[in-house]
Amino acid sequence: MNTPAELKYTKSHEWVRTEDDGTLTIGITDHAQEALGDIVFLELPEAGRTVAAGEECAVVESVKAASDIYAPVAGEVIANNEAAVDAPESVNEDAYGAWLFKIKPASAADVDGLLDAAAYAEVAAAD
Amino acid sequence: MPLHTPLHAAHIEAGARMVDFAGWDMPVNYGSQIEEHHAVRSDAGMFDVSHMLALDLSGDGATAFLRTLLANDVAKLQVPGKALYSCMLNETGGVIDDLIVYFFAADKYRIVVNAGTADKDVAWMRKQIATLGANVTLDARRDLAMIAVQGPNARARTWTAVAGSESATAGLKVFQAAEVGAMLIARTGYTGEDGFEITVPAADAADLWHKLLAAGVKPCGLGARDTLRLEAGMNLYGQDMDEATSPLDAGLAWTVDFKDEARDFIGRAALEANPASARMIGLILEDKGVLRAHQPVFTAHGEGETTSGSFSPTLQKAIAFARVPLDVAVGDAVEVEIRGKRLKARAVKLPFARNGKALV
Repeated sequence: MNTPAELKYTKSHEWVRTEDDGTLTIGITDHAQEALGDIVFLELPEAGRTVAAGEECAVVESVKAASDIYAPVAGEVIANNEAAVDAPESVNEDAYGAWLFKIKPASAADVDGLLDAAAYAEVAAAD
Repeated sequence: MPLHTPLHAAHIEAGARMVDFAGWDMPVNYGSQIEEHHAVRSDAGMFDVSHMLALDLSGDGATAFLRTLLANDVAKLQVPGKALYSCMLNETGGVIDDLIVYFFAADKYRIVVNAGTADKDVAWMRKQIATLGANVTLDARRDLAMIAVQGPNARARTWTAVAGSESATAGLKVFQAAEVGAMLIARTGYTGEDGFEITVPAADAADLWHKLLAAGVKPCGLGARDTLRLEAGMNLYGQDMDEATSPLDAGLAWTVDFKDEARDFIGRAALEANPASARMIGLILEDKGVLRAHQPVFTAHGEGETTSGSFSPTLQKAIAFARVPLDVAVGDAVEVEIRGKRLKARAVKLPFARNGKALV
């Protein structure tokens, strides 16, 4: 299982990277893409949308099933990854490269409450 | 404890991702469901279908019993090894299961039923045997395993893998089977491709699997099996029909044989009293998204519902089966509601694909 140490994670299998400007880049974990199987469709939040922590804000559909993706923290969506929408299989190929959306967090401290790589690896292993 | 087929170790060895299916621990894929799907459309893939149950029915009353038990008519079966697809109905015309019955002799048949319904089917059959006082014996053959080899090169690769199989099976027509040693090789399948379903003694299953692997047949999981059968327009029990659904509403009218007026099969009176109230069509999504089961379908003639849906690897579009009002026609524009949004779809004739080619 690939869980990069520099990222933060949620129990619902999103990864979160804090950028230099304090914004957050969000995707689904390698474990999640593997469990979902071949990904064929992404529905991503529009920039400008305000989301609450834990709010459903994207959908990843594999051949097998549709899965809701949740906002890891509260904030404003500032971008989504059109390239991933055009090539959903890129999420299978590189889960940490094919990000889904970016959030400007309401509070930078909220990120501290997310799981670190070791804690997430335990969550994923228990799946 | 989940049930294991005789090929369980072979799946783990092949790197399968295992899931629960009707109490059985089965491979959903061995890496990529889409690659497995394409392997079957373009070359040859194999599926462990040992979780399905083979039943042997024997005795003087076998033919008469099956003519009462099944909605299709086994009297059509005259050549040893010939097979028939049929629904087994309840008294109200609902589908207890769909199955394949093989004819060996007037007093000897093999019936293959779905895994999830096997216990229910056997109980129903035993009840009918008792009620009718039929002179038959029903044996559940859990000592057998089944491998489906499917794809344009499936037969040729099987011939390479199984010594003596070519001469015995090269002349088989579709839906016909031949015995090769301890195996029964049938030209049947569930993918819309040519191929075989091979029944072997459980103890020989792993050996056959490895020989097929060596002959270039790719292991395929339940995931690919579902997208293949969906493209091929084939119903899945429990999804596209069930005990509350008439075969006439499930696109299975072609399997119900009313010709012999004297044949009083179980469910006949109910079907005659209740003609079709809906029809089954294919849908292709024209907007972006993926169709799934149980999404509402809006048509010019009223509402319907998808019964199965997925992304079609062959068409590269979302497809579904939908049960819709009888007046909906092929070519009609309809809308499907997905997560609260109505998306555009088109009604098409089933199947979506057959023998490697997209048909719509």
